[in-house]
Amino acid sequence: MRIPLSNIAHGRSGDKGDTSNIGIIAYDERHFPILVREVTPDRVKEHFGSLIEGHVERFELPNLGALNFLCFGALGGGGTLSLRIDAQGKTMAAGLLGMEIEVDERELTD
Amino acid sequence: MIRIANGQGFWGDWLEAPVRLVEQGPIDYLILDYLAEVTMSIVQKQKQADPALGYARDFPPLIGRIAAKMKERRVRVVANAGGVNPIACAKEVKKLAPELKVAVVLGDDVFDRIDDFLERGLELKNLDTGEPLTVIRSQISSANAYIGAFPLAEALATGADVVIAGRSTDTALALGPMVHEFGWEPEQYDLLAAGTIAGHIVECGAQCTGGNCIADWKTIPDFANIGYPIIEAEHDGSFVITKHRGTGGRVSLETVKEQLLYELGDPRNYITPDCVADFTTVRLSEDGPDRVRVSGIKGRPETPFLKVSISYLYGYKALGTIVYSWPDALEKAKAADGIVRARLAALGLEFEEIYSEYFGANACHGVAAPAIAQPAEVMLRMGVRGRDRKAVDRFTRELIPLVLNGPPTGTGYGDGRPSVREVVAYWPALIPRAEIQTRVEVVT
Repeated sequence: MRIPLSNIAHGRSGDKGDTSNIGIIAYDERHFPILVREVTPDRVKEHFGSLIEGHVERFELPNLGALNFLCFGALGGGGTLSLRIDAQGKTMAAGLLGMEIEVDERELTD
Repeated sequence: MIRIANGQGFWGDWLEAPVRLVEQGPIDYLILDYLAEVTMSIVQKQKQADPALGYARDFPPLIGRIAAKMKERRVRVVANAGGVNPIACAKEVKKLAPELKVAVVLGDDVFDRIDDFLERGLELKNLDTGEPLTVIRSQISSANAYIGAFPLAEALATGADVVIAGRSTDTALALGPMVHEFGWEPEQYDLLAAGTIAGHIVECGAQCTGGNCIADWKTIPDFANIGYPIIEAEHDGSFVITKHRGTGGRVSLETVKEQLLYELGDPRNYITPDCVADFTTVRLSEDGPDRVRVSGIKGRPETPFLKVSISYLYGYKALGTIVYSWPDALEKAKAADGIVRARLAALGLEFEEIYSEYFGANACHGVAAPAIAQPAEVMLRMGVRGRDRKAVDRFTRELIPLVLNGPPTGTGYGDGRPSVREVVAYWPALIPRAEIQTRVEVVT
């Protein structure tokens, strides 16, 4: 079945220059493998379309049940240069949590 | 165990937070993080206009306000409020709180040494682009090396009640008191990494105690009286994140995890002047209401370099808005954007970028946002950035006329025509450690 990522995860996003960092965290650490399988760098880039000009790199923090994404060229120049309202990518985590993922019901219930 | 509280996540954070931290419960150290990259160029300009300025001006009045309580409760303050003029900041503090001993950490400001560096063959290449600094030499407005926790600990060793640094790292403000109290050595990388990560968790103030928390935010109690974070640090490098009893907000696994991920790069390589911390070694556990215990942290040796943040005048930008009501609000806003672009092109004006967003439709998330069939209103926010001030200034004349000569129902241009703003950009570079010698001075 398809569910929004926000059903099983929360997160926070910030910036370093023109790079947006998006942290996605499983509410239940047993769901971390679902994040690893479903939330791939390619899917993150596709989800945000033209907002991310560069590539997306993913890091795993299994100790926190979390993934950290670095999205390059994602903030319209970043910092003071950017003409975007969300020049520091503060809302990017909320945007990614709206993405739909595919899960088997049994993965969520046991 | 020592209690280190952070009362300020940036210059402009809640003025009451540090006062409440001192008054509402026991703490040993109050740390205050004032500096963002943009702040350094602002304070440098203020110093150029008046040699007695160039620091976080909120800071001396705050110390004046809490000085008596600091003495009574033996609370010491560590802050990077010094900007590019820590001595002037310290003198102002002494004026308002003469009973306190004040020490400053100097040596991070390299603005006057840039030519010397270049002459000696230090290129200060841009870490992101690889360009040599000579490309922007004439536009530089500030240059500061990030310094670590050991100079702060040295300043605390003077017995100062207040330690004022310039561009120390945010995390060093928390690690410095631990190094001082526990006698940690420069080679104890696991301990230094633990203090660094403690600093990372609290450096944005209430962002680890329920502020800006996505997890279950509607149930977070009493935002109006949110408690700012306190580290209960142990000599073995373990620590608890908590807040004063009776304050609002929440400290939970969720609030701490969100902040751990904030502004994080490669989690195994969190580079600071003191060590390289590994975020994949962090172990969290619940330790009672509004208490999270953190342990297990590992670190590695520091790199041979310090980061230097250089700010320079890049160009100009301007941003303006117009609101269109329904029906067809989004179509009207998009038509307005097209008209302005055509008029700018007809004038032969060139910009590095012209960018439009449609508030109410998709400003924050673009295609990732859900589509709304018929928004009640949409705000066009249009901006340009360029090197030529005249072109940017001409753009500011092109938005308001649309109210009369563009699509119907344009309004909300409220503040009149947009103003032209200078764009100050950042040039991150590395410098060998030996170039930066800090020193501590007690200011009388």
